[in-house]
Amino acid sequence: MSNSEIKASSQTLETAKTTSSFSNVDPGKVIRWTLLFLGGVVMVMPIVFMISTSLKWPHEIYELSIIPKEPTLENYIYVLEDGRFYQWFWNSLLIATATTISAVIFDSMVGYALCKFKFSGRMFVFVAILSTLMIPTEMLVIPWYIMARDFGWLNSHWGIMFPGMMTAFGTFLMKQFFETVPDDFLEAARIDGLNEFQIWWSVAMPLVTPALSALAIFIFLGNWTAFIWPLIVTNSPHLYTLPVGLTTFSVEQSVQWELIMTGAALATIPTLIVFLLFQRYIIRGVVMAGLKG
Amino acid sequence: MATVAFKNLVKAYDKTEVLHGINLEVADGEFVVFVGPSGCGKSTTLRLLAGLEEITSGDILIGGRVVNNLEPKERDIAMVFQNYAIYPHMSVRKNIGFGLRTAKMSKEDKEKRIEEVGAMLSMTELLDRRPAQLSGGQRQRVAIGRAMVRDPAVFLFDEPLSNLDAQLRTQMRLEIKKLHQRVGTTIIFVTHDQVEAMTLADRIVIMRDGHIQQVGTPTEVYRHPANLFVAQFIGAPSMNLIPGKLVAKGIELDGGALVPVTPIGASANITIGIRPNDLTLAEEGEPALLEGQVSVIEPLGSETLIYVDIGQREVVATVQGRILPKLGETVRLNAPQDEIHFFDSDTEIALKV
Ligand SMILES: Nc1ncnc2c1ncn2[C@@H]1O[C@H](COP(=O)(O)OP(=O)(O)OP(=O)(O)O)[C@@H](O)[C@H]1O
Ligand SMILES: [Mg+2]
Repeated sequence: MSNSEIKASSQTLETAKTTSSFSNVDPGKVIRWTLLFLGGVVMVMPIVFMISTSLKWPHEIYELSIIPKEPTLENYIYVLEDGRFYQWFWNSLLIATATTISAVIFDSMVGYALCKFKFSGRMFVFVAILSTLMIPTEMLVIPWYIMARDFGWLNSHWGIMFPGMMTAFGTFLMKQFFETVPDDFLEAARIDGLNEFQIWWSVAMPLVTPALSALAIFIFLGNWTAFIWPLIVTNSPHLYTLPVGLTTFSVEQSVQWELIMTGAALATIPTLIVFLLFQRYIIRGVVMAGLKG
Repeated sequence: MATVAFKNLVKAYDKTEVLHGINLEVADGEFVVFVGPSGCGKSTTLRLLAGLEEITSGDILIGGRVVNNLEPKERDIAMVFQNYAIYPHMSVRKNIGFGLRTAKMSKEDKEKRIEEVGAMLSMTELLDRRPAQLSGGQRQRVAIGRAMVRDPAVFLFDEPLSNLDAQLRTQMRLEIKKLHQRVGTTIIFVTHDQVEAMTLADRIVIMRDGHIQQVGTPTEVYRHPANLFVAQFIGAPSMNLIPGKLVAKGIELDGGALVPVTPIGASANITIGIRPNDLTLAEEGEPALLEGQVSVIEPLGSETLIYVDIGQREVVATVQGRILPKLGETVRLNAPQDEIHFFDSDTEIALKV
C-alpha cells in the first residue's frame, strides 16, 4: 500500500466510526439516563429549596421561585447570633460522634464473635439480635422512655445516646463482612502469639475498613438526623439536638420557615464533611457488599 | 529444633471420626511430607499439631513434651498456609516482623532479624512494598519469611505451593528444600502432589481416609509400596495393575500370560503391578508378558508414553528412543521379573517374593 492509500483508508475508517457512534445510540441507555436524571432532580430539589428559602426574606418564602428576588444573609446572621444554635449543634455533634464510635466498636466486636467463634447458642443470639431489626423505633420509644425514667436518664446526653450505643443492623452488617475474612489470617495470628482481642483489633478490623467506614457514615447520619427519640427524652432547650431545636423556630404564631431552612442548611455541613472523609471507603464498601452478597 | 511424635492420635468432628489413630515419630531436623488424596486428613493432622484444633484422644509431643493442651503460641511452631495469609494492610517488613511482636527482643535486634530473613529469601528490595504489589511467588516467600523469623522448633506447611503456577512451583520447591538444608529445622509439609512429596521429603507419610498407609523414604515407597493404594498413588504415570490367579506354576494373568513366580503367602487372587518405565518392547521371537494394540501415543519429549489395549484393560509403557510403534500396531511388552510387584487382590497388601 502506498502512503496516500493508507491515509485514505484511515480516513474512511474514521468517518465510519463517527457515523456508527450516531446510529448506535442505545435506546436502553437513553431511558436509563433519563430516569437517573429525573431521580437526581427529585432528590436535589429539597436541598435547592432549602438553600433558596434560607436566602429569602420572610414575606417571600411562599413564592416558590428558586432564585430569591432580594437574596439576603439576614437569616444566617440571625441564626448564628442566636446563641441556641451553637448549643444544639454541639449536642448533636457530641451525641452523633459518641454513638458512632461506640456502635462501630461494639457492633464489630459482637459481629466478629458471632462470625468467628463457634459456641453453642450462637445461632440463637444472632437471630435474637436480628429480630430486633423488625421492631420499628416508634414501638421502642415507650420502653426506652420507661427505662430512661427508671434509671434517671431523662434529660441528659446519656439519655439521648443510650439506645444507639450498639445497633442490631451494624452487628449484622459486620458479621457478614467478617465472613469475608479468611480464617487463615486469624489462625496465622494465633500461631504468632496474639490473643483473641489483639487478633480482632489488629488483624480482623483492618481487613474490614470499608465496612467500618460505611457503618460509621450510616450511624453518624442516623444519629445526626434523629428526631423522635431526642424530642421525647429531653425537655430542656439546652439539651436539644439540632433537629429538635430547629423545630422550636416554629412554635410561635407562624412557622419561620426561612430560619428552619437556614438551620437545616447549616446542619448539613458536618454530614457533608463526614461523607467526604469516608466516601472513598463507602463506595468500596458498597461494591464489596455487592460482590460478596 | 525438635522432634515431633503422634501417639494414637484420633480426631472426630461431632461423631464423625476423621483420623483413626495416627502413630508417627519425626526425628529432629527431618523433612516429613504428608501426602494423600483430598479429604484424607492431612490438614487436620497438621492443624492438630499446630493447636488450631483440639484432639479427641491420643498425644502429640514436640521436643518430647506433651503439647495436647497448649495454645498454638506456646508450641514454638510456625505455619505457612496455602493462601499465604499475609496481611494486605501491612508492608512486607511488618508482615515478616509480625511473628516477632510478642518476642522479647530489642527493636534493633528485631529490625536486624527481619533484614536477615529478607536477605535469606532474597527480598531485601521488596521489604517496604505492600502485598498487593507482589507476585504470587513473592507473597509465598513473605509467608515463609514470617514463619522463619521466629526461628521456631518446627515448620508446618499446608499445601504452600498449590496456588502457584507449575514453573513457579518447581522453583519454590527447590527454594524450600535449600532453606531446609540451610536452617535444618524440622519441617512437616502437607501436599496432595506426589511429585512434590517425592522431591522434598526425607520421609513420606501416605495417608488415606484418616489412616497412615505407609511411611518411608521416597525410594522405599516407590520401590516397595506397602499396598495397592500406595502403589497407584506414588509415581507418575501410575503403576499398571493387572489381576491374575494363583496357579501351580505361578500367576496366570487375565490375558493368559504366566508369571512364573509364587509370592510368599499368596492367596487365590493376586494382582501384579508394573511401573510404566519397567515395561519394555519385546524383541522379535522373545516370549512376552503382555500383548495388545497401541491406542494412544503421548510424546513427552525425552520419552513417549504409549497406551496399549490388552483385552479388558489398558497399560501404559514409557518408551525411550526414536523408533516408536505406530497407532493401532500390535506390540508385545515385557518386564524384568524383579520389577514386578505382587499384591493380594482382596486385602490389597503387598506380597514378598
Ligand atoms: N471443621 C470440620 N468439621 C467437620 N468435618 C471436617 C472439618 N474439617 C475437616 N473435616 C473433615 O475431615 C476430613 C479431613 O479433612 P482435611 O482437611 O484434613 O483433608 P485434607 O487431607 O487436608 O484434604 P485436602 O487435600 O482437600 O486439603 C474431611 O473428610 C473433612 O470433610
Ligand atoms: Mg488440606
